[in-house]
Amino acid sequence: MHMADALLSPSVGATFWAASLGAIGFASRRLRERLDERLVPLMGVLAAFVFASQMINFTIPGTGSSGHLGGGLLLAVVLGPYAGFIAMASVLSVQALFFADGGLLALGCNIWNLGAYSCFIAYPLIYRPIAGRAPGKRRIFVASIVSAVAALQMGAFSVVLETLFSGRSELPFGTFLMFMQPVHLAIGIVEGIVTAGVVGYVSHARPEIIDGASGQSAPGAGVSVRNLIAVFLLLAAVTGGGLSWFASENPDGLEWSIERVYGRPDLPEQQGAASALKNIQEKTALLPDYGFRETPGGQASVEAGRTLSGIAGAAIVLGLVLALGLGIRALRDRGGRRA
Amino acid sequence: MSFDNAYFSVGFLDRLSYQDTFVHRLDARAKVIITAAFLLAVISFPKYEVSAILPFSLLPVLLMTLGDIPAGFVLRKILLVSPFAILVGIFNPVLDRAAALEVLGLTISAGWVSFFSIMVKFTLSISAALLLVATTSFPGICNALQRLGVPGIFTTQLVFLYRYMFVLMEEAMRIVRARDMRSFGQRGRGVRVFVRLVGMLFIRTMSRAERIYNAMLSRGFVRGDIPQLGQHRFALIDLVFMIVALGLLVLFRMVPVTGLIGQYVRGVFAG
Repeated sequence: MHMADALLSPSVGATFWAASLGAIGFASRRLRERLDERLVPLMGVLAAFVFASQMINFTIPGTGSSGHLGGGLLLAVVLGPYAGFIAMASVLSVQALFFADGGLLALGCNIWNLGAYSCFIAYPLIYRPIAGRAPGKRRIFVASIVSAVAALQMGAFSVVLETLFSGRSELPFGTFLMFMQPVHLAIGIVEGIVTAGVVGYVSHARPEIIDGASGQSAPGAGVSVRNLIAVFLLLAAVTGGGLSWFASENPDGLEWSIERVYGRPDLPEQQGAASALKNIQEKTALLPDYGFRETPGGQASVEAGRTLSGIAGAAIVLGLVLALGLGIRALRDRGGRRA
Repeated sequence: MSFDNAYFSVGFLDRLSYQDTFVHRLDARAKVIITAAFLLAVISFPKYEVSAILPFSLLPVLLMTLGDIPAGFVLRKILLVSPFAILVGIFNPVLDRAAALEVLGLTISAGWVSFFSIMVKFTLSISAALLLVATTSFPGICNALQRLGVPGIFTTQLVFLYRYMFVLMEEAMRIVRARDMRSFGQRGRGVRVFVRLVGMLFIRTMSRAERIYNAMLSRGFVRGDIPQLGQHRFALIDLVFMIVALGLLVLFRMVPVTGLIGQYVRGVFAG
C-alpha cells in the first residue's frame, strides 16, 4: 500500500526522503565500484517490465479479487540487491509522478517501504540463505514466499509508524496495525507465489539468466554484513534525529502518539523553544491547533466571529483563484483565435 | 484503473509535456525546486488547518492555465487516486468528536476539520506532482535531478525506464488482449496462466535488453552515462520565476491570507 502525502508531516516525509536518498547513493556507489555496463540498460528495461507486468491482473485464488505483481523481490533476485533497489526506486518514482500513486513527499517513504526491505533485508538475509547456490523449484518457492511476506510485513509496519508519527490521521495505532498486518500477510503470500512462479519459469526456460544474476559473478550480488550493519546504524541515527526534531517541533503530534500508545495523555508542561513555537503557531494559525484540542467533549472555544471570517475568506480566495484561472484561459483563447 | 486507460493517460501526460508555453520553457531545475518547496509548505500546516492552505491553490491554477493543461484531466487523475487518503482520513470524523466550529447553528467536529485538511493537502500535493510532469519533459526532469545532485546511475535508470515503459506496456496490452480473447469469465485469469505470461514477457524483455545494449555500444555509450546533447541554461526569467514563486509560498505560509481577506470583507459589510 502506498503512503500518501496528505497523511505525512514534513519532518517524517523529510526523514524518509533522507533515508531513501542515502540508500540510493549507497547503492549507486556500490554499483559504480565495479560497473558492468550491460547492467545499465538491463535495469531500466526490467524496471519497465515490472511496470508493464503490473498491468496484467490475475485472480487471487479463493477470493475472486484481482492482484498484480509488486516486483521488489523479483528485481532483487534477478539484478542483485543494489541494482534491484535502484530499479525499484525508479519504478516507484515514475508511479508517483505519472500515476500519482502516493505523491512526491511520500515518495521517500514508499521507496523505503517497498524497495529497501525487499532488496536490503529480505533478499540477502532470507532469500539467499534459503535458496542457496543452485535452487530447485521447491527451494525457490519457499524462499520467495518467506521473503516476500517478511518484506511486506516490514513495509506495512513502516506505513503504520509513518502515519502514527505524522499525527495527521486519528486512526489508533493498534487498530491500524491490526488492519494492515493481516492484509499484507495475504498480499505477501500472493507476491511470493507469483515471484516464485516467474523465477521458476524463467530458470526452467532460460536458466542462464537467473544463474548469472544470483551467482557470485553477478555485479552487486552478495551484500557484506558489515556494510549492511553500518548502513542501518546510520539510518537509525538519521531517523532518530529526524524524529526527535519532529517531537520538539510539534508537541501535539507527540502528545497524540503518547496518548495512543500508552493510553493516557500525560505530557509534561511544554517549555522553552517548543512553547515559543507553539505561541507563534497560535498567532499565525487562523484555527489555532489546540483551541478545541484542549476542551475534550466540551464546547467549541473558538470565537465564532473568527470562524466566520475564515469561511468567508476561504470562499473568496477560492473564487479569486478560479476567476483568475478562467480569465487567463479566456484571454488566451481569444488571443489564439486572433493569431 | 483499466489497462488502456492507464496507458492512455501516461501517453497523454507525455504529449502535454512537449507543448511550448511559458511554463514549459522554464528551466526544469526551477520547476523541480518550486514543486518541492510547494509540497513542504502545504504539508507543514498543522492538522486542523483548512482555510490558510487554500491560497496555495493559486500556484497549480496558474501553472495549469499558463501551461495549457486541461483541468478536467488533472481532476480526474486526482479522483482516481483518492481512495487511500479517504480511507485513512475518514476515521478522523468518527474518532475525533470534539466540537470545533459552529457555522449557522451547525456544529462541526474537529475530526471533520482534520479530514478536510487532509483532503485539501491531498488535492494540492497530487496536482503539484502531476503539473510538474505535465509541464516538463521527463528527460528534462531527470537531467535537472542529476544537476541537483541525484546520483547519475539513478537518473539514467529513470530515463531508461521511461523510454521502454511505453514499448513494454504495449506488449503487455497485446498479451492481455490475447488472453481475454481466449478465455471466458474467470477462466485463464488464475495465477498459473499469469506466471507463464509474465515469465514469457520477462524472457522477451531480457533479450530486448541485450539488443538495446548492443545498439547503445555502437552509438558511443561508455562508462554508464548517456551522452547529453545541448546545454540547459538557467536564464534570468527562470530566476525571476523562482524568486516570485518562493516569495508567494513564504507569504502564504507565514500570513493567514484567507483570514485577513475574510476579516476585511466582514469589516466592509459591518461598516
